Amino acid sequence: MWEYTDKVKEHFLHPRNVGEVKDANGVGEVGSLACGDALKLTLKVDENEVITDAQFKTFGCASAIASSSALTEMVKGMKLVEAEKITNEDIAEFLGGLPKEKMHCSVMGREALEAAIADYRGVKLPMAEGEVVCECFGVTDLEVKRAIQESNLQTVEEITNFTKAGGGCGKCQDRLEEILHEVRQDQVQAAIPDRRPRRMTTIQKIKLIEEALEREIRPALRKDGGDIELIDVDGDTVIVSLRGSCASCMKSQTTLKEYVEKRLREQVLDTLTVEEGRA
Amino acid sequence: MSDQERVVYMDNNATTRVAPEVLEEMRPYFCDLYGNPSSMHSFGGRVGRKVAEARERIGYLLGAQPDELIFTSCGTESDSTAVLSALQTQTDRRHIVTTRVEHPAVKNLCERLQTLTGHKHKVTQLPVECDGTLDLCKYEEALTEDTAIVSIMWANNETGVLFPIPQMAAMARDRGILFHTDAVQAVGKIPIDLARVPVDFLSLSGHKLHAPKGIGVLYVRKGTPFVPFLIGGHQEHGRRGGTENVTSIIGLGKACQLAGERMHEENTRVKAMRDKLEEGLLAAIPHSLLNGHKTERLPNTSNISFEYVEGEAILLHLDRFGICASSGSACTSGSLEPSHVMRAMGVPFTAAHGSTRFSLSTYNTEEEIDYVLEHLPGIIANLREMSPFWAEAMKTQAGCGCGCKKD
Repeated sequence: MWEYTDKVKEHFLHPRNVGEVKDANGVGEVGSLACGDALKLTLKVDENEVITDAQFKTFGCASAIASSSALTEMVKGMKLVEAEKITNEDIAEFLGGLPKEKMHCSVMGREALEAAIADYRGVKLPMAEGEVVCECFGVTDLEVKRAIQESNLQTVEEITNFTKAGGGCGKCQDRLEEILHEVRQDQVQAAIPDRRPRRMTTIQKIKLIEEALEREIRPALRKDGGDIELIDVDGDTVIVSLRGSCASCMKSQTTLKEYVEKRLREQVLDTLTVEEGRA
Repeated sequence: MSDQERVVYMDNNATTRVAPEVLEEMRPYFCDLYGNPSSMHSFGGRVGRKVAEARERIGYLLGAQPDELIFTSCGTESDSTAVLSALQTQTDRRHIVTTRVEHPAVKNLCERLQTLTGHKHKVTQLPVECDGTLDLCKYEEALTEDTAIVSIMWANNETGVLFPIPQMAAMARDRGILFHTDAVQAVGKIPIDLARVPVDFLSLSGHKLHAPKGIGVLYVRKGTPFVPFLIGGHQEHGRRGGTENVTSIIGLGKACQLAGERMHEENTRVKAMRDKLEEGLLAAIPHSLLNGHKTERLPNTSNISFEYVEGEAILLHLDRFGICASSGSACTSGSLEPSHVMRAMGVPFTAAHGSTRFSLSTYNTEEEIDYVLEHLPGIIANLREMSPFWAEAMKTQAGCGCGCKKD
């Protein structure tokens, strides 16, 4: 059984704003019966570009219904410019979180909102114009790229959890791996140059070290069942603690020097040395 | 009892309650009579005799000789043992015949054999008709000189549809091909007589017939070439290493005895309750359809699709009333597609996501059937009100157009 938060259960059992707004001027429809979930969002937007009413109809599981209900509660009374900024993470957060395999329900909510706003404005959504990567669920490369960037996805499995791409026949998984690689490569390259000034304050160092750990090092270690924690930064000495399977691994010193230190020198400051501390 | 505390358990194909009689039979063998049946002393020997009694009881239910039974840890282990044994004893044969609707214990095993054996194997997965039955002509065509083993379930776990195992086993036997059946769902629900049905291997699992989880049996017909899967001590005459799960074996023996006694009730009272539930739901809820053949089916299982709604949502609403059922929808399985059984049967997408399985046991009551009939139609109606496809379908609807409508 899924571990749903009380808020998800509450919105599933007692969904708010079910139905269709009668004189709607923004309608967004996403998903299909074949996909197993679908959402029709109807909005009423007034002359000041404020969403005065929002209703939904959803076919899908508990988290799809809860995400739709949450979405309508969030956008009611909101200005369009603010509503446009809502991400799937915001929807999931509103519900106190969703199981990772169910994140695509929150993505469906955001997509329906975008579609409804585009419909109100009479514009065409750019996402639909990409190349269809996953034929089972009709997901385009643009949608995949966006999910990777916005939710900082690290693996193909995560892409599937968020977008459903790759969750059917599985044929597109190699292509998803390529897209993942492309996007992350771009991100690293975009991130590296301006992240290496000559002098840094300790706070700046800590911030960049944490980012590098989170972006690249931790996911890599986690693949092998390990993990890493930043304990302290003293001058140019970075003190970390290896966790999980890294903690007992014979090669942990090599990992520390050859991988962690090397990466931090590349991405933060080339005078850094990494040492293991006992937490 | 309030509705909140009430449990109406209709998920017996997932697992069953341990019968109180079974627990009583097991109880002395935990703290008092805990000897190892292999020991030389009479303290252990006493346990050995009780294990032998259990073996006889199980053999009696199946029409098998006690020494044709090997105790395993579960149905999955029994399945793996049978298939891998057949491949190892006939290294010149590299073909397996199975179906598209097998339990993952057989399906995934066959799909991954290459990594286990280091050989390429050809696997024929027979398709099923839209009522879940097999075409015997296609089966016959699939049998070749290279076929090492046929592995076909006796009854499908999702739909309860029965395959004609006696006939299919005989056809394999005529061609000198080993035949395995995963009878995990069939044992205890329908009469099985292995003295007349020429299967070489049969798998069963204790927790599907009111014995505890963690005990299974592999039947291996006398004379069938056999290689063990778990290699270790001399237990089970060297056919499966590992100290016997004594208490569970004793429990399974009792459960098989009870199943024999309750076989008639299963096929009369339980079947009547199942039919009442099924007919009641199909009549009360428009756009609902039966998945699986109406008569070639286990007496306890009913799988119904409710179009335009999703299974997980149905189950969670049923859960509020304490009703336990299961679904072949994508969301309940953690995958993104409906169950492989629904897809193999070609159940249309409008219906596959809303498939719901009720599986009864002798512990269910008529009053519980009424309780489900009272609550489920309202749940489906509410979810349909919320579904963006329902109103649309109602406007244009005359039938789902898939040719799979209920009779």
